Amino acid sequence: MTRAVVEVAGDGDGRGASQGQGQGETAGEGAAGGSGRGVERRLLGSLPRRVTVSLGVLAAAQGVLLVVAAGLLARAVAGLDAGPLPLLAVVVGARAGLVWVSARVAGDAAAAVKGDLRAALLARSSAVPVSVPVAGSGLGSGERVTLLTRGLDAVDPFFTGYVPQLLAAVVVPVVVLGRLVVADWASALVVAVTVPLVPVFGALVGMRTAALTGRQWGSLQRLGGHFRDVLAGLGTLRAYGRTGHQSRVVRAMADRHRRATVAALRVAFLSSLVLELVCALSVALVAVPVGLRLLGGDMALETGLLVLVLTPEVYLPLRALGARFHASAEGVAAAGSVFAVLDAPRAPSADRSGERKGAARFSRGAGERPPEIVLEDVTVHYPGAGRPALDGVSLRVGPGERVALTGPSGAGKSTLLLVLAGLVCPTGGRVLVDGVDLAGLVAEPGGAGLAEWRARLGWVPQRPHLFAASVADNIALGVPGATPPQIARAARAAAAEEFVQRLPDGYATVLGEGGAGLSAGQRQRVAIARAYLTGAPLMLLDEPTARLDLRSEQVLVRAAARLLEGRTALIVAHRPALLRVADRVVRLQDGRVAPGPEGAAVAVAAVTGETP
Amino acid sequence: MTSQTTSPSPVTSAPPSLSPDRPVKASAGMWGAVRPHAGRLVLAGVAGVAAELCGLGLVAAAAWLIARAAQQPTMAALSLAIVAVRGFALAKGSLRYVERLAGHDVALRALAELRGRVFDALACASPDPQRHAASAVREGVRDGDALSRMVSDVDAVQDLLLRCLLPAVAAVACAVGGVTVVVLVLPASAVALAAGTVVAGVLLPLAVWPLGRRASERAAVARRQLAVRGLDVWEGAADLAVFGAAGRFADAAGRAARRLERAERACARLAGLVAAAGVAVQGATVVAVVWLGAGAGGGQVEVAVVALTALVTVEATLPLAGAVQRLREIAPACRRVDALLRTPPPVVPQDPLPLPTGPLPVELLGVRVAYPGGARDGGAGGMGGGVGVRVALDGVDVRVERGWRVAVVGASGAGKSTLLAVVAGLVAPSAGSVALAGHALERYAPGDVRAAVRGLAQDAHVFAGTVRANLLLARPGASEAELEAAARRARLLDVVRGLPQGWDTVVGEGGRGLSGGQRQRLLLARALLADPPVLVLDEPAEALDTATADALTRDLLTAPGGGTLLLVTHRLAALGAADQVLVVDGGRVVQRGRHDDLLRRPGPYRDLWEAERLASPAGSGPSCGA
Repeated sequence: MTRAVVEVAGDGDGRGASQGQGQGETAGEGAAGGSGRGVERRLLGSLPRRVTVSLGVLAAAQGVLLVVAAGLLARAVAGLDAGPLPLLAVVVGARAGLVWVSARVAGDAAAAVKGDLRAALLARSSAVPVSVPVAGSGLGSGERVTLLTRGLDAVDPFFTGYVPQLLAAVVVPVVVLGRLVVADWASALVVAVTVPLVPVFGALVGMRTAALTGRQWGSLQRLGGHFRDVLAGLGTLRAYGRTGHQSRVVRAMADRHRRATVAALRVAFLSSLVLELVCALSVALVAVPVGLRLLGGDMALETGLLVLVLTPEVYLPLRALGARFHASAEGVAAAGSVFAVLDAPRAPSADRSGERKGAARFSRGAGERPPEIVLEDVTVHYPGAGRPALDGVSLRVGPGERVALTGPSGAGKSTLLLVLAGLVCPTGGRVLVDGVDLAGLVAEPGGAGLAEWRARLGWVPQRPHLFAASVADNIALGVPGATPPQIARAARAAAAEEFVQRLPDGYATVLGEGGAGLSAGQRQRVAIARAYLTGAPLMLLDEPTARLDLRSEQVLVRAAARLLEGRTALIVAHRPALLRVADRVVRLQDGRVAPGPEGAAVAVAAVTGETP
Repeated sequence: MTSQTTSPSPVTSAPPSLSPDRPVKASAGMWGAVRPHAGRLVLAGVAGVAAELCGLGLVAAAAWLIARAAQQPTMAALSLAIVAVRGFALAKGSLRYVERLAGHDVALRALAELRGRVFDALACASPDPQRHAASAVREGVRDGDALSRMVSDVDAVQDLLLRCLLPAVAAVACAVGGVTVVVLVLPASAVALAAGTVVAGVLLPLAVWPLGRRASERAAVARRQLAVRGLDVWEGAADLAVFGAAGRFADAAGRAARRLERAERACARLAGLVAAAGVAVQGATVVAVVWLGAGAGGGQVEVAVVALTALVTVEATLPLAGAVQRLREIAPACRRVDALLRTPPPVVPQDPLPLPTGPLPVELLGVRVAYPGGARDGGAGGMGGGVGVRVALDGVDVRVERGWRVAVVGASGAGKSTLLAVVAGLVAPSAGSVALAGHALERYAPGDVRAAVRGLAQDAHVFAGTVRANLLLARPGASEAELEAAARRARLLDVVRGLPQGWDTVVGEGGRGLSGGQRQRLLLARALLADPPVLVLDEPAEALDTATADALTRDLLTAPGGGTLLLVTHRLAALGAADQVLVVDGGRVVQRGRHDDLLRRPGPYRDLWEAERLASPAGSGPSCGA
């Protein structure tokens, strides 16, 4: 008889869980599915022991209350007796309270873990530009931002669903089984023998599913990513009249994505079907003798009811565990992406210890003597790159000398500046600053040496980042205590004052994301003002006029000339106007200094006359 | 991204490139994408309802069986119930399986349809920058976050079906079924169960709605702030490191992260409260049902049946609260998609004129383009037309004869790029008219115009796919020789030969793996391969050194054949070869004519020329061209 009371108390879990899985597979972001187990262990490890213990105790208490409630209900029904009902109400209330506390503990733990991961992720900023091919530099900023916000939110089901369920799966079956032993040892024996079947079958089916979905993960990701790529290029598609064609391709790709996903789900859902049947079978094994004994009058109805209400409760937590785990798959994948970013080899430096403090070895300020820079046989080989970006470059830049670097793209010009800024460590050779080895400064513990060195640098990159802050704060990036007159003076020197005053709130205007609202030339002028304000004796300029029209270039070159007055400078430049600011032009090719005559006029002529 | 065959490249074999725009169907909105699959949705819904009812039947039958067995009837009296229990148990599992599979299938079908529709809506929406918030998307979403949002907005349709609609339908069906069972078995208890389901399924979600909205709004604000801070920390990492400000900005980002953490804690607490309330309601309902049932004189069998039925019924209605919560979370996404799909398509002319082939003349008459907002450099971008309006073009008259090669010069922000966009029909002028081959642009089908006027925008997109596929996008079916010719002219050929797999090298999303200069050459080669009747190019040589850039510009201006050319450039050295030069300043054409004529009279063009000459070292200045 009876497949009987099969899962009398509730089955609700399977539903949400399976859909969670669908989510994980359809919308899944980030990491490959394969490394899920390690990620899972690491996530579990990030929970404080106190939380794990509390959740375990709470799960046990809930198990006890479950047993008590079942007993009271069985007695009330069997005896048609309202007596146990008030107590049952109290027990139910207590159970609700435990659920609340447990959810709160798990929710707080999830928030705390996410907070830690976010902090770690934020700390992993890399100062090496994306264009530099550093192996394992991983995701772009946009993807990281998504990971930081929405991506990590997907971790919630792991902590609020899976972890409590994991503890319940360990504790509750034991508690319920204990009560069954007392009520009816014969049934308890059957349960004890069959319960291990659930994890065994779960693991078997799970392994098969994992192998299948793991194989499909990559293609699912790719198919899912197509829509994004096409949207990003919509303007281009329209310009080439390809939107009509793409409209069909979008549907076709989405359809292939659907077929692949459904094929994966067909197997994945089969696993929960198998588990459900295993449980039903086990419960039937218990229920058949109980029914026969009831029929034969060998058992009280109260006991029969109790056994049949409690038996499914032994299997349920174990069965729900798999579903809960699937529901947290997306979160585990997101966490995997975070860990991948965290584990990527750190690009040298760009640490947060680079806070400017009172310099000891090098004094600060406009009056400081410009330094002498000597590069001796400097080589930089990015991991994974075919050939070195810089290959034995030797160069002397005298105090107050302004040297322009030219050469085709990929020649190593930007890398050379990155080395001087301490953003990239040379793999060979050394850099001497007034005779002091830069490597020694960079290696100094606590980053004090590096901070001191950087305090002597001004930096105008090709695409300066403007921060989501006021114009004044953007200019005062390196000198947070600068007064408004100082900031205005820097802006004037950078020819930025006029347009800043035109902004709605002048210097207090808050710039949008990435400094939106300013033209390329205006951004460059803010960057020059930024460098000017530091008063640093060494300036590094990386093609600041690359994207500018002639007039903006003229304005910028004049500003740059003011900036470089009385300072040592290295300027990456292609355009003649900026080259004229330099005393000397050095040409780089394939990571080496190209041989040739030196001296500004000759070199500039050589540069502008060049043909590939 | 591995093999070419499976690569989701925008280029597949070779359907005609002049395919017309697909009109947005009248049944717009998000539901429009679901409607074609209504049959499958109903199937999934029915399977889900049937599974719930089987669960209910299973419990009711089992409870009846146990209680009846205790009364020791004959075995025959129980046989029907035994069969029912077995049948329900088997059916429940299988139906659940069907429901899950059918539900995901229909959700993904709807997603596919919706993606297509959203793409269509974005693709053929009127490119008027003022009308819609999604205008950024129209020109290709450059902003990664807006792009992600658009993609996840569209994905929300899955949740709408799988986490909201189907569970809600099943829950309601189960509630009705459960109450019906109790009414039939022991009517006295029915009131309690009905009340319990209403509390669990209606009142609880209603109570949670406003609380949840406040909490999730706070979290959304905190999330946005964190995103901005994160972007600052990562994108500005080099600047922060060199200027020693990394710590300060990391702290600000950390504060934003902690704010988000607090908001999320509040959300989690609310979720816990809902779960606890569910348990309490369920227990209270069962207590009340047994109390009333026993009080009304129900027997053991009846009370057992109604007690266990009540347990299952209330449990089944609890997911409604979750469905409502999820609905609230995705509602903004659904509204955005809905609004996008309901945006009426641009007016298409009744009888579009056929566009003649070959190079076409272009004419602009009194064209004015004004964008809202934005303070610009007074010297470069013309301010005018009142507060908050930036005039990009104002009163522009231009006539470009058939086959002419025209260069457009001027400062950054002068309106050069806008001029090209107007000619390409990507930006609609707020006043004035644009004519192609003697007729206003509006007289042609928009798709025809886009096919005829093409070219290179500064921020054109490199698709995830091979270099070859990225070029073929411009002209599917182009021969190897044509590919190479375009690549050679764009100075791309050497780049391609240097790539690991040559033409079949896969370039990633956004063209990662290519340097800025390489990327630009690829985009130029694509534009040249397209060889449209009117070619518009925006700074195609920008990333090249001056000598190469000038050679390339001269090549573009003098190459035989090809269509009418509009070329935006900031280098004047090679413009002697242009049929006409337009000098744009502050949104107006301030000078026009041939290079040599312009040089002969004083004016902005000669000023620019002088500046370029002065900037060049003696002896190697730009020559006066042809």
